[in-house]
Amino acid sequence: MSTRRNFMGMALGGFTALGAVGGLYAAKRTWEPLPSVKAAGFTTIDLSEAKAGELVTEKWRGKPIFVLKKTDDMPYHDRDVVIGSDRYLITVGLCTHLGCIPAYNSSDKMFNCACHGGKFDVSGINLPGLPPSFPLDIPPFRIEGTKLVLGEKGTEYNKMLADKLTRKV
Amino acid sequence: MAKFDEKAKPFSKQWLDDRLAITTVMKVLNIEYWIPKNINFLWAMGMILAATFGMLVISGIFLLMYYVPTVEGAFDSVNYTIMTEVGYGWLWRHIHGVGASLVFLIIYIHLFTGIYYGSYKRGREMIWLSGMLLFVLFSAEAFSGYMLPWGQMSYWAGMVITNLFAGGSLEATGFVEWIRGDYVPAQAFLGRFFMLHVLLLPLVIIGGIGFHFATLRLPHVNNQDGEEIDFEASAKLWKEGKKKESQVIPFHPVFLSKDVFIMGIYFILFFYLVFYNFEFAMDPVNFDPADGLKTPAHIYPEWYFLWSYEILRPFPTDLGLIAFGIAQVIFLALPFLDRSPNVAPASRRGLFKFWFWALLLDVLVLTFMGKLPPQGIWNTIGFIAAVMFFVLWVALPFITKLEKKIEE
Ligand code: HEM
Ligand code: FES
Repeated sequence: MSTRRNFMGMALGGFTALGAVGGLYAAKRTWEPLPSVKAAGFTTIDLSEAKAGELVTEKWRGKPIFVLKKTDDMPYHDRDVVIGSDRYLITVGLCTHLGCIPAYNSSDKMFNCACHGGKFDVSGINLPGLPPSFPLDIPPFRIEGTKLVLGEKGTEYNKMLADKLTRKV
Repeated sequence: MAKFDEKAKPFSKQWLDDRLAITTVMKVLNIEYWIPKNINFLWAMGMILAATFGMLVISGIFLLMYYVPTVEGAFDSVNYTIMTEVGYGWLWRHIHGVGASLVFLIIYIHLFTGIYYGSYKRGREMIWLSGMLLFVLFSAEAFSGYMLPWGQMSYWAGMVITNLFAGGSLEATGFVEWIRGDYVPAQAFLGRFFMLHVLLLPLVIIGGIGFHFATLRLPHVNNQDGEEIDFEASAKLWKEGKKKESQVIPFHPVFLSKDVFIMGIYFILFFYLVFYNFEFAMDPVNFDPADGLKTPAHIYPEWYFLWSYEILRPFPTDLGLIAFGIAQVIFLALPFLDRSPNVAPASRRGLFKFWFWALLLDVLVLTFMGKLPPQGIWNTIGFIAAVMFFVLWVALPFITKLEKKIEE
């Protein structure tokens, strides 16, 4: 008797577990970004219009993108996007601490985050001893003449990633 | 079929008893659920919480009829339709906002009352754990509700809080995008938080309240002296009519009538705030529609999250996250970190007395600092208070171990 009940219990338990796993997987998939959201993840921006020393904010995947054409007195960094003789800071405009938008202050040439006091220099490098522990993220980009396609990974971007100059976003 | 009275009139007491045992149920849950006499108004906080939750549910039902859960429609449906067009729409919104704020004020009073009187140990551990579960659930409920008007604070609070789940150096950005259903908070995000706020979390909270009540039934509530009452003997005295000699009163109708009186006073305050002083519950920054390209100059959470926010703020990302994570769960461990055998008010417990007031003060300091901008001296005070928080919890097992047993 008891073996028959055990068998029934195990069979029932097995199917229930299977159903639960399937249900959880479906729930996980339902919670994922839609294909249309993912497909819209590419934006082309034109750099030829940018004026040196003036911050322009573009939008990619709903996130602000900082574009700053560097002036001659702004130091070079391997993170710069170089097109001809022009150097640009291109980063996601969200603080790497918890995601507020740092404000650019052109007099002290700093990005200041109001949320928890983070600071980044004109190459997007975080100042030590403050909440953010990483430089501003560089979005995946591919250079096309004077344009950048954001969301696509070009050789320059892959090199920066390999050199650990930025994190994956 | 069990025996039942053929002649009982339908729906009479006897008739219902034969079918539902209502007398027995009422006895177990109400008439013979014994409450010590030796308690004060602080023991009314639990029922006040239950009543406030009721107010939130009722006002929420009315808000739900005109609220539109889309990124295009949400802001106007709240700030325009409900506030200016719907008859008495403002009333539901004020009740909901004020209720959400007060529920946390009362939860904190309830929680610190429990700590002060030692109501979390020696048989009452499950009461404490289920209470903390309610605290976590209410926090999630408040956060998800805050997203719904889709103002600037909704958006940026949503951005910052979901970013916590990237786990700093773990760089789990994929997980964050999964939570949001998008790269940034957008329609998918609003839709799922809407569902959580109006359906799933309230259901779980109702279950949680039922569980919390169940955990109270066997150990009974504590009393002002932490005295171990012989509930059976005292109940016997009461039932024999020796009400003076008995140390207990029945939950219904005696305790409830006292509860209802205190609730009356509470609701005078509640409705005073709803009608004349509701601004504190409505952040002005959230009256600007959400804008993903502009962070408000100064971001801070609602007052009841400030203390834990301030624990996150002064540290670098990873350390901040770890500190924040521990702060969220450390209260759960209280019954196990307190090593003293005494159940007594903090004032009679030696060093624990100082520990209690230091913890309360520290949480208050953290709360005030969390609201101030991260500059100069505020940074230093916030940092010291955050470190103090951990020092206190680490010290707890040691100071309670030293505590002498109170002889009766
Ligand atoms: C909305 C949420 C809550 C509701 C509706 C609620 C309700 C109640 C009620 C009705 C009581 C009995 C009466 C009293 O002693 O006040 C009680 C007792 C208690 N609650 Fe809660 N509670 C909630 C949240 C919490 C939280 C967050 C904690 C802390 C972790 C907590 C810890 C306790 C403890 C320790 C007792 C026993 C008090 C004693 O024995 O003297 N509760 N609760
Ligand atoms: S989000 Fe910028 S410092 Fe925290």
